[in-house]
Amino acid sequence: MLRSEQKPFEEILGYLEGEDKVFIVGCDGCAQASQTGGLPQVLEMKERLEGEGKTVSGCSVVDFLCQKALVASRLRPLEDTIMESDSLLALCCGVGVQAVAAMVKKPVHPGCNTVNLGGSRGEWQGSERCMECGDCLLEYTGGICPLTVCSKGLRNGPCGGASNGKCEVSPEKPCGWELIYARLKETGRLDVLKTFIPPKDWNKMRPRPEMLSTSMWALEQMDTSREGGTV
Amino acid sequence: MALKETLDGGKFAVTTEVGPLKGTDISEIMELAEILNGKVDGVNVTDQQSAVMRLGSLAACSILVEKGLDPVFQMTCRDRNRIALQSDLLSASVLGINNVLVISGDYPTLGDHIDARDVYDLDSEQLIWTINRMNEGYDLAGNELQGKTDLFVGAVVKPVSDTDESFELQLTMMEKKISVGARFFQTQAVYDVEVFERFMKRAAQFKVPVLAGVIPLKSAGMARYMNKNVSGVFVPEHMIDDMARAKDKVATGLEIAAQLMRDLKDLSQGVHIMAIGWEKKVPDILRLANLA
Repeated sequence: MLRSEQKPFEEILGYLEGEDKVFIVGCDGCAQASQTGGLPQVLEMKERLEGEGKTVSGCSVVDFLCQKALVASRLRPLEDTIMESDSLLALCCGVGVQAVAAMVKKPVHPGCNTVNLGGSRGEWQGSERCMECGDCLLEYTGGICPLTVCSKGLRNGPCGGASNGKCEVSPEKPCGWELIYARLKETGRLDVLKTFIPPKDWNKMRPRPEMLSTSMWALEQMDTSREGGTV
Repeated sequence: MALKETLDGGKFAVTTEVGPLKGTDISEIMELAEILNGKVDGVNVTDQQSAVMRLGSLAACSILVEKGLDPVFQMTCRDRNRIALQSDLLSASVLGINNVLVISGDYPTLGDHIDARDVYDLDSEQLIWTINRMNEGYDLAGNELQGKTDLFVGAVVKPVSDTDESFELQLTMMEKKISVGARFFQTQAVYDVEVFERFMKRAAQFKVPVLAGVIPLKSAGMARYMNKNVSGVFVPEHMIDDMARAKDKVATGLEIAAQLMRDLKDLSQGVHIMAIGWEKKVPDILRLANLA
């Protein structure tokens, strides 16, 4: 799940300066849940842009804009309308904007900012976050990830900045290392804190080339053969 | 005497610190070098303290070396990746700097460039470990150095904490830092000698010198501010009252600091005076504490 927030309307209007016809795409996945790019927000955006004298040539809400194959199959019937427009406005996360831009030979304006969640949170979301660092340290940290729970992502232990169990960065934020300490104490594993964690190989955090493809690669092979085409 | 020789010789060490200014004006550091020369064993130079951008610690340390002092090059993990950190350590060695103090570094949002990207490529323990590899003649990639470093590595510890978790973690971190090569410690400011003694009872087993931190109080307001905002600083109420009642705040502040130092002398292997604007008064404090 990627969380997005709509950009200020003035900023979006600025992107559309000098253009008349805009096609709006929304997303029924995370952007719908974020209430930034579902059908109600797409229709609201249409109304506001028309209020500013713009022509909205059409709208489409795709289930998952991050899925290029879906983008292509859903937008293809609207190809003529889209190609007659000056640009597209995508109300979705940054992945969706990039997927639409890859499939449509028109400028695609981002209508949202993607908010950092400090690591992905799994399908059933809780407060546990994974940075996908490629070299898991959870063995040494009581099953609480120091990269995501500590503001500085320190691997060996806390800095000296905590007050009353809160992080120096924000009084709202617990010191991650005190949480780790409490968990290790509870499970009788405080000794692992003495293990020295050597410098990290950050390259393991980069996606491997084969991972850059999606899990729906077969579908994409079929339907993104026109990548860079009109739609 | 140089810091390492003092501590290796089992003598009580006195260090203090200076903070470079924002800009190219080095007149204050030149003046402090004159005032502090011969009075202390080492002078720490802070590294972008509180994440506020200033003249670099490396350049200021080099000036102190030229003036005949033994600087302690403070290095945070916040601003440099492992390439820059190792390069600066080589530079420090070439410039005649003998000591490094490793710190995590306040988070950028606490400073004056709040949009800055934080680094923490290495954490403090990893940086201490790195310096010891360089002392052995190798960089982090395993390459042999053409001329190795010979740096005396220190680290920081917070002797007083507001939670048991934090207190225990500080001791564990101290042990871990020693295991990767920390040779001395400087602490957060201490105001309660009894509480410090409790810490030292636990820390003594590590047999690594600890220099207790001392910050002279300038006013009751400053004490209250630190209690509220500075992690690990707890000024007792009676000291705050003394400052509030004092007619001569300077004399009272210096006397409290001197008394602390007299009390800490039997409990620690040295003191580290962070004068925060009162650097010129450091020789006076030392005289009052019978450490001159």
